[in-house]
Amino acid sequence: MTMESSIANPDMTEHGPHHDHKPSGFMARWVLTTNHKDIGSLYLLFSFAMFLTGGAMAMVIRAELFQPGLQLIEPNFFNQMTTVHGLIMVFGAVMPAFVGLANWMLPVMIGAPDMALPRMNNWSFWILPFAFTMMLMSLFMEGGGPNFGWTFYAPLSTKYSPDSTAVFVFAVHLMGISSIMGAINVIVTIVNLRAPGMTMMKLPLFVWTWLITAFLLIAVMPVLAGAVTMVLTDKYFGTSFFDAAGGGDPVMFQHIFWFFGHPEVYIMILPSFGIISAIVPAFSRKPLFGYASMVYATASIAGLSFLVWAHHMFTTGMPVAAELFFMYCTMLISVPTGVKVFNWVATMWRGSLTFEVPMLFAIAFIVLFTIGGFSGLMLAITPVDFQYHDTYFVVAHFHYVLVSGAIFSIMAASYYWLPKWTGVMFDEGLAKLHFWCSLISVNVLFFPMHFLGLAGMPRRIPDYALQFANVNAIVSIGGFAFGLSQLIFLVVVIKCMRGKGEKAPDKPWEGAEGLEWEMPSPAPYHTHLTPPEIK
Amino acid sequence: MSQLKPPSFAFLITLLPWGASPAVAKSMPVNLTQGVTDISQQVYDLHMTIFYICCVIGILVFAVMFWAIIHHRKDKGAKAAQFHENTKVEILWTAIPFVILIAMAIPATKTLIAMEDPSDADITIQVTGSQWKWHYKYFGQDVEFYSLLATRQDQINNERNKRDNYLLEVDYPLVLPVGKKVRFLVTSEDVIHSWWVPAFAVKKDANPGFINEAWTRINEPGIYRGQCAELCGKDHGFMPIVVIAKPEQEFNTWLASQQQKIAEEKAAEQALLSMNMTMDEMMTLGEKVYLKSCAACHQANGEGLAGVFPALKGNKIATEDVLKHIDVVVHGAPGTAMQAFAKQLKLKELSAVITYERNAWGNDTGDLVQPAQVKAVMDQKDL
Repeated sequence: MTMESSIANPDMTEHGPHHDHKPSGFMARWVLTTNHKDIGSLYLLFSFAMFLTGGAMAMVIRAELFQPGLQLIEPNFFNQMTTVHGLIMVFGAVMPAFVGLANWMLPVMIGAPDMALPRMNNWSFWILPFAFTMMLMSLFMEGGGPNFGWTFYAPLSTKYSPDSTAVFVFAVHLMGISSIMGAINVIVTIVNLRAPGMTMMKLPLFVWTWLITAFLLIAVMPVLAGAVTMVLTDKYFGTSFFDAAGGGDPVMFQHIFWFFGHPEVYIMILPSFGIISAIVPAFSRKPLFGYASMVYATASIAGLSFLVWAHHMFTTGMPVAAELFFMYCTMLISVPTGVKVFNWVATMWRGSLTFEVPMLFAIAFIVLFTIGGFSGLMLAITPVDFQYHDTYFVVAHFHYVLVSGAIFSIMAASYYWLPKWTGVMFDEGLAKLHFWCSLISVNVLFFPMHFLGLAGMPRRIPDYALQFANVNAIVSIGGFAFGLSQLIFLVVVIKCMRGKGEKAPDKPWEGAEGLEWEMPSPAPYHTHLTPPEIK
Repeated sequence: MSQLKPPSFAFLITLLPWGASPAVAKSMPVNLTQGVTDISQQVYDLHMTIFYICCVIGILVFAVMFWAIIHHRKDKGAKAAQFHENTKVEILWTAIPFVILIAMAIPATKTLIAMEDPSDADITIQVTGSQWKWHYKYFGQDVEFYSLLATRQDQINNERNKRDNYLLEVDYPLVLPVGKKVRFLVTSEDVIHSWWVPAFAVKKDANPGFINEAWTRINEPGIYRGQCAELCGKDHGFMPIVVIAKPEQEFNTWLASQQQKIAEEKAAEQALLSMNMTMDEMMTLGEKVYLKSCAACHQANGEGLAGVFPALKGNKIATEDVLKHIDVVVHGAPGTAMQAFAKQLKLKELSAVITYERNAWGNDTGDLVQPAQVKAVMDQKDL
């Protein structure tokens, strides 16, 4: 309560940034907090915990696939692992990590004292641990947890799903509510709380990309809520939305799901673009090339994301005209995405480059994300997609854009801002070890999957033909190595959180720009209580 | 923190011998198949064209980037330029990709339109997926059959050496003629499956309640293998597709022999009605049928999977009213994953498997179900 009034009450501003007024006690400090930095930290720690949980499931999957035959787990449990791995990584790791970064950095970057709706901010975070606890507990119910893939296609998720489906639906509802509240908060904050002089076209790109992401979230999370609700009523209340026997259509489920699902994949990558657009100029000591075109490219990608959903469904038997439309629109997305990559390269061109850990991750992001983009373009070509669809080629594609894309950008952001968050420099040797281990293992893990897919290995199978054995063994080794590499990151973060390390200066990166570097490290509990003047 | 590294390496080394085990010697192609149809060749050509275009673009972009990384380093004394836009360049690198895309879209459109034209087919096959098997029906030929995984469970459980076509072999393959336009009507009886044969570049979802069309014209005789490509439940990884393509003459001979075989089987079923089989015969055949058609869900030990598939051991249906038991096996249980087996199994197999279920795993009812009984239940409901 006291802290909240300190934000709301302008009288308190005279205390200045050095009187932190952190509430004491776990409840008051963390459970009841309305401070954007605390909530940001909670989000980030939560997402890291989920990243390790989802990662552990991936290890189970890779262990089973290490050799042909069934060794460790039953097919039904294998399906639960792939499903929950996907759900946790999408909704528990990547999205909350971005919301955490937004919470921490947006107010600081735009000169606002906090997020616009601090109590809702608290709520949108604290929903998540309950949602994910529920979903994880469903694994222990009789019949097991969700086993129909993170895409939960009907009727596998309706008539043929385990009893835990109701729990899954409720958990997804909670995640959706949390995301929508987070998105509303981002939009209201950016629109209303910018410091005087911080015009829209002066916003850091991370703010821009998050603004656009937030609109995507508000547009599509209700669609997901609709989809899960229809699954719920089809399964338990006798409706037939997705059952042809009652006049429904199972393919309609896929249209609804992917109308959410495709914008969702951009929700998981647009904030990355913002992060990379902050880091590349900082370590090139050169302003971002084509700021305006970056903004327009982001907006076009977001707009196009609503017109391409059916490229996930080319084999469902759509009319040829629809297939052509979705193929052309999907191919078009590579234009604005290409512009972004060209802009980053042009930013580095004739810069004065140094390669601190955030920059290493950013460069890896650009190269590996582009590889994922190329395979995306190949997948867009409908006739060839018939061969790639639902094979390991697709698995390779989306892990390139999500792991070496989204997650590498989150790593880059973490290293970039850790000194600001914790006040100490991270252990550079360990961080570099983390980078190189991750870079090598992520490619050993995902690159051979392209070959598996081209050779004809379907995804989501617990056992495979003998010809796929050697490559699967290599992939699994890459997987274990990548999983273990992330424990190095855990150590780096814990060391920083415990204050072990060199004291960080206000601006630890020579070329970095933005309001966050004009305040002490660690950032005081309350910042910008008096709005800064932007020239 | 370098102490993390040695244990991780040790772990990897302990894993290596597995990967090199002898069962694993088969080599894998690393590229898409060119297949055995004109369409699959076109698809392969498209794949390679797009791949090369991506490679060229990638090499150009990364060459520029790595040039900057190598030459424009601060420790080499590079001073940062301060340019941050150039309208001409930006228009150029928006327009050029657009032109490349159009060049890619033209052949892709042509191929797609050809792929989606199943008209004027010489022969039509209905392909029906169900958990976890395929059913093929030759239209107008009175030939239809189920096609199930032929790999035995002990190979899957690593109790026996895996054969060459492990998980890619079926009991009754689909047989098709070479050089004829074959139309597939693809549908499903339960969840969504996807019928995929890479060598034909045909992948089509089997949607319950809807029929999708696809077609192929095979150029070369041979055996072509594929798999279900849409997650369809527990045994999604265990419903392969095998197609044998034969020259037209051989195909016609095969078709005729199938028609004869099916007619003979029907006659044998009739004869069976007046016969009584012994308990021993029933239990032996019943176990075989059970393992092939029932164990995927109800498990070999009859205990099912808690919360997913009910146990038959001690189950009321399998221990009380016989007619109810026959009814469930023959007609299925609507609204559940329990399929109707009337079409999938022969009369003899049905009566044997029901007898087996009523006497195995301590169910010990002593009931002996005869083909005539099963037939009676079948006819009653079918009317």
